[in-house]
Amino acid sequence: MIWAYLYNIVFYASCGVTVLATILMISRHNAVHALLYLIISSLSLAIIFYLLGAAFAAALEVIVYAGAVMILFVFVVMMLNQGQRSVVHEAAWLPASGWILPSVLAAILLSLLLIGMYSDQPLPPYGVHGVAVKEVGIALFGPYVLVVELASFLLLSGLIGAFHIARKMPSHMSSNTLEEVDHG
Amino acid sequence: MDSQYIDHAMVLAGILFCLGLVGVMVRRNLLFMMISIEVMLNAAGLAFIAAGSAWGQPEGQIMFLAVITLGAAEVAVGLGLTLLLFRHHNSVNVDQLNQLRG
Repeated sequence: MIWAYLYNIVFYASCGVTVLATILMISRHNAVHALLYLIISSLSLAIIFYLLGAAFAAALEVIVYAGAVMILFVFVVMMLNQGQRSVVHEAAWLPASGWILPSVLAAILLSLLLIGMYSDQPLPPYGVHGVAVKEVGIALFGPYVLVVELASFLLLSGLIGAFHIARKMPSHMSSNTLEEVDHG
Repeated sequence: MDSQYIDHAMVLAGILFCLGLVGVMVRRNLLFMMISIEVMLNAAGLAFIAAGSAWGQPEGQIMFLAVITLGAAEVAVGLGLTLLLFRHHNSVNVDQLNQLRG
């Protein structure tokens, strides 16, 4: 029964870390601090996915959310803070109070990971029906191949849309030219 | 023993969704609103995963894949709009968007 006990600890500690990190995230005034807490929230949610028997989804959560989406947010935070204001901001951005609490939450997650790694056997999904990656792959490219096609269309349209929306207008097409067109 | 974790994961999904909703409604910074929307998408994905685990079927993870794709596309377009808003208004406060005149 030691495994059920260990599973309980890891599961509910991850739940607590997720909720705490999310509460702290939506109450931050500073975008970078909020992003730190969002990373913690994604990582602990990945642990919960793994404990629910969805290892593939856990890996995707880490790669896509804690990796790719977070990089996008960090890029935009960097681009939004150009100019003189950024110097003042940079100095005030990461005081000790800003990174200590995310570090504590990340340390909790690390200890959970170490519990799973250094126990006699890897922590099994306990009492839930795990779904192996093989089954997911077979279903993805069998009856659900339309979902894959739709996802690729969505990502392509997102790429084109983001490129079109966020590109800098050439100088002869700046906003005053557009206003002249409107008034003319 | 089986359904306890599933139930609690569903409760956690509900809590996370409510927290994201509160974030969207409370914050006026477009960047924070998009982060909160990400939290809501995460909560929906957690509900799909929990349901898939409850039934032992791969459909939950497939829907999670769809949700995560939607989230990535939404973040790309939304952050592009955020950049555009910042270039025009020099601010990402959505309260300043009340002057759109078509």
